[in-house]
Amino acid sequence: MENLIGLLIAAPLLGAAVLLLGGRRLDKAGHWLGTLFAAASFGIGVALFTDMLGRGAEDRTLHEKLYTWIPVEGFQADVAFQLDQLSMTFVLLISGVGTLIHIYSIGYMEHDERRRRFFGYLNLFLAAMLLLVLADNYLLLYVGWEGVGLASYLLIGFWQHKPSAATAAKKAFLVNRVGDMGLSIAIMLLFTTFGTFAFGPVFASVGNATEGKLTAIALMLLLAACGKSAQVPLQSWLGDAMEGPTPVSALIHAATMVTAGVYLIVRSAAVFNGAPDAQLVVTVVGAVTLIFGAIVGCAKDDIKKALAGSTMSQIGYMILAAGLGPVGYVFAIMHLVTHGFFKAGLFLGAGSVMHGMNDEVDMRKYGALRKFMPVTFVTFGLGYLAIIGFPGLSGFFSKDMIIEAAFAKGGTQGWILGGVALLGAGITAFYMTRVMLLTFFGEKRWQPDAQGHEPHPHESPSSMTIPMIILAFGSVFAGAFFEIGERFLKWLEPVTGYEHGNSPVSAMAVTASTMVVLVVGVALAWSMYGRRPVPVVAPRGSLLTRAARRDLYQDDFNHVVLVRGGEHLTRSLVYLDHSLVDGVVNGTAAAVGGASGRLRKLQNGYARSYAVSMFGGTAILVAATLLMRAV
Amino acid sequence: MSFPLLTVTAAVPAVGAVLTAAVPAARRTAAKWLALLFSLATLALAVLVAVRFEPGGARYQLTESHAWIADFGVRYELGVDGIGVALIALTALLIPFVIGAGWNDADPLETSSSRWRPTQGFFALILMVEAMVIISFEATDVFLFYIFFEAMLIPMYFLIGGFGDRAHAGSDENAAAQRSYAAVKFLLYNLVGGLIMLAAVIGLYVVAGNFSLQEITAARAAGTLDMATNTERLLFLGFFFAFAVKAPLWPLHTWLPNAMGEATAPVAVLITAVVDKVGTFAMLRFCLGLFPEASKWATPAILVLALISIVYGALVAVGQRDIKRLVAYASISHFGFIIMGIFAMTSQGQSGATLYMVNHGISTAALMLVAGFLISRRGSRLIADYGGVQKVAPVLAGTFLIGGLATLSLPGLAPFVSEFLVLVGTFARYPVIGIIATIGIVLAALYTLVLYQRTMTGPVKAEVSGMHDLRLREVLVVAPLIVLLIGLGVYPKPLTQIVNPAVEHTMSDVHEKDPKPQVAVEAKNGEAAK
Repeated sequence: MENLIGLLIAAPLLGAAVLLLGGRRLDKAGHWLGTLFAAASFGIGVALFTDMLGRGAEDRTLHEKLYTWIPVEGFQADVAFQLDQLSMTFVLLISGVGTLIHIYSIGYMEHDERRRRFFGYLNLFLAAMLLLVLADNYLLLYVGWEGVGLASYLLIGFWQHKPSAATAAKKAFLVNRVGDMGLSIAIMLLFTTFGTFAFGPVFASVGNATEGKLTAIALMLLLAACGKSAQVPLQSWLGDAMEGPTPVSALIHAATMVTAGVYLIVRSAAVFNGAPDAQLVVTVVGAVTLIFGAIVGCAKDDIKKALAGSTMSQIGYMILAAGLGPVGYVFAIMHLVTHGFFKAGLFLGAGSVMHGMNDEVDMRKYGALRKFMPVTFVTFGLGYLAIIGFPGLSGFFSKDMIIEAAFAKGGTQGWILGGVALLGAGITAFYMTRVMLLTFFGEKRWQPDAQGHEPHPHESPSSMTIPMIILAFGSVFAGAFFEIGERFLKWLEPVTGYEHGNSPVSAMAVTASTMVVLVVGVALAWSMYGRRPVPVVAPRGSLLTRAARRDLYQDDFNHVVLVRGGEHLTRSLVYLDHSLVDGVVNGTAAAVGGASGRLRKLQNGYARSYAVSMFGGTAILVAATLLMRAV
Repeated sequence: MSFPLLTVTAAVPAVGAVLTAAVPAARRTAAKWLALLFSLATLALAVLVAVRFEPGGARYQLTESHAWIADFGVRYELGVDGIGVALIALTALLIPFVIGAGWNDADPLETSSSRWRPTQGFFALILMVEAMVIISFEATDVFLFYIFFEAMLIPMYFLIGGFGDRAHAGSDENAAAQRSYAAVKFLLYNLVGGLIMLAAVIGLYVVAGNFSLQEITAARAAGTLDMATNTERLLFLGFFFAFAVKAPLWPLHTWLPNAMGEATAPVAVLITAVVDKVGTFAMLRFCLGLFPEASKWATPAILVLALISIVYGALVAVGQRDIKRLVAYASISHFGFIIMGIFAMTSQGQSGATLYMVNHGISTAALMLVAGFLISRRGSRLIADYGGVQKVAPVLAGTFLIGGLATLSLPGLAPFVSEFLVLVGTFARYPVIGIIATIGIVLAALYTLVLYQRTMTGPVKAEVSGMHDLRLREVLVVAPLIVLLIGLGVYPKPLTQIVNPAVEHTMSDVHEKDPKPQVAVEAKNGEAAK
């Protein structure tokens, strides 16, 4: 069975190679091929899953070593895979949701002349993400990690002729590279501490390392996670990444990429468990991002950017949960899976809306769309109910568990983290209701564009709606399915460990408070956007609204400090290199050898002068050898 | 006596150079094919060297030794260790691509009425450089090495000064003047380095009584050849200076951007991917082998200079407006990594540095040669003159991107393996330096992606709208390089297995052992470790 693990990755990788190298011949069939390769990967995943279920909880981990990758004295990196319950969960999510997004893209990208290439990149994305979750050591994980970065670069910048898309792609890659620095340093620390960076031996030996070492490693891993998962302070790429085609957003936000940071932390549970200080930092990062993303999500009029803010916020929940240690690992992953369903559904829904609205993204120019796009409305609506945590739907179970776990951390920290998580739930209810109301309810607000074309909103083709319907099913039922009999907990516990924790508040009280903030959030949104007509042009707004529209000025800060500062630095260095370094070295040479005069002479009629100077050189050589003979 | 394989490997391109130069003026194309043929024959011989080399065998293999200048103990001594084999392979591998990429670069202009035969000369000089570089990698006699280390300046000088990049912003005279300046600067920097080295070579003879690398290294290791501390340090500095100019190490690097900017793209590749490697190679072989104690003495200073090269080179690359100069500064940053790996004095650092030399050669060749194709189409080296190329020439843009991704050491491509080994090898002994060097990871992404963004993406500029995509000859040049980048990134073992034993020898030359892991590692609990 373990021989199949490699195939999980090989299928989409082969797909990418075929599609990208195949040339125009494959233009007609490229999207089908790409979908087929993704589906094949999912099929293999399901086969492995059923096989895994057939074995006992202790006996479920599979290993496959393909070959030794980098054999150097004292250093060994293998191309080897590990499939356990944690990676299995990701494999199913990545390949399953990934395949649905492939199917959706067939329709969505129908009129794009580079559709074949798009599917090639999608396949590459899946392959890289699968490698990331299947690697059995950190260095191979790093390959998948950067592969994801590359694929996202290619996809975010897919419409490269748009300067904004090209810039967004570059930004995503660069910000991620800052995170990658963290991953490199973490791996180097692991190597010098343990002499290896393979999961098995490292996790078995963490007890021998000092807490200081583990804290350093954990913080570096967190930096890496912040990059990929768009957590503060490396979140700035995520909003811009909306420049990519909408299916890409769904892929990045639901099944791949941003979930990688959560995976990294949960996978490294053994390291984090030994570094409580680092865990505290993880929870703080999660809590801050959770609020940050939610606030940004409230102010955006661009439907995709509002959803992007929501992703940041939801991933913040997962990071917060992962920082709680064994109390939260399982729920971080559970929320990650349910989020995978409803966020993919929401993005595909947003894409469907844009598809029918001439690619308009401004929600203030939507309105009343429920009448024109019933399927999109219902599926998007179910995703909406799931994400705000409507009782019985997916998000209700998974988010509730995280809030409970946050309280269970105990002490003041527990109260603060729990309170923040609760507050986040209220804001989530507010901004998602806002999105829902602006898009599907109220009066129609769209107008003819400059050429006099009025959008004719219509339902999308079935290749797009079927994936949306499937995802809506997941959004509705996944949470309950996982929760009944604590299925998900029992499934994942052997890998991540679990502790119940000591919550100062009862589960009932948490659920009740969550319901209260939910109702408040929805009601507030209703009073602002449902009760009265929505202006087509955004009002100036309060100070906070304006700040949130500009991503809380984080980008402006980056621009002034990093971009401008960097430009000055590089420009002055270029100048210095030319005038100072070059000048000093040349000057020294001239002073020593009177070279400047010769240099000028050499420049006129170089061949002759060259011969002379070579002759001079030879003469010195001969003189030297004669001298030596005398010695 | 066995077949003198090493001599023949170096002699074949030399013979090729002479024959190419002798082709009559009217038969230009024949000269090109002849040069390509000889470079391929050399490649075949280099492959044979690699096959005949036994990784587990003696340190130097395929040795040849003949008396030469008996009075001074100068011998014609050749031999290769794994590091030499890898670099000979790199050289022999790249030259056919250099020739293929420069196929039309030296065609006489229709307007020129030159009496000489530029095409024949161009390809003959390239082969001449190849011969000299190969013998430098083979020489185990210090004096023999010195002669070719210096002699290769002559053909290089003519290649830079005589065959400039035709895409030049200024007038013809202006271009000629800048070219000539670059060539002379190249020559003077390297001559000065060489002269200082010559003094050190003579000094070494005075101390050791012969020039044999093997004998001196063995005597140094056995303790039978003592050097006064100061003598050793001075001699070391003499050698190191010459190699640091050639490598080039900050602040001796300023000749490189001029030379690479003014030369044609294939010649720029020849400089940075092949000739400069002699400098880093010689640090590893001569500096560490002959002067182990002095090498360790100088290590902190050299590591700091290497670190400056890494960060400084990358930052200045970000600020460049000229595509080729940008690649030159990127190379300076990369040479910083190589030198850092050599002097970190760990197995990972030195294996990584050797791999880095090979991988940097391939990746820079890929990036620079595609850049050359781009520049030749538009007639400008300025980044600002491009925009939207991916729309009209997707294959060109795609290969350029892959070359760029290799330059930024994307995992999965060959340069990642070497860069990570260098980093981890440095970090093991000097954590702070290792951490600062990782800034290079971010900066490399910055200069590469900015270059790609400005030239390839955005709206199509009017001047590039009619641009041809890559032609068959150009695809044939780039595709194998890309295959190699991926191949060696996924499966670097063929390279590591010949390099590793050589690195073990170097480590014992300097009496260093790798730092041990800080904590004991438990066996995996309950899992069958395969």
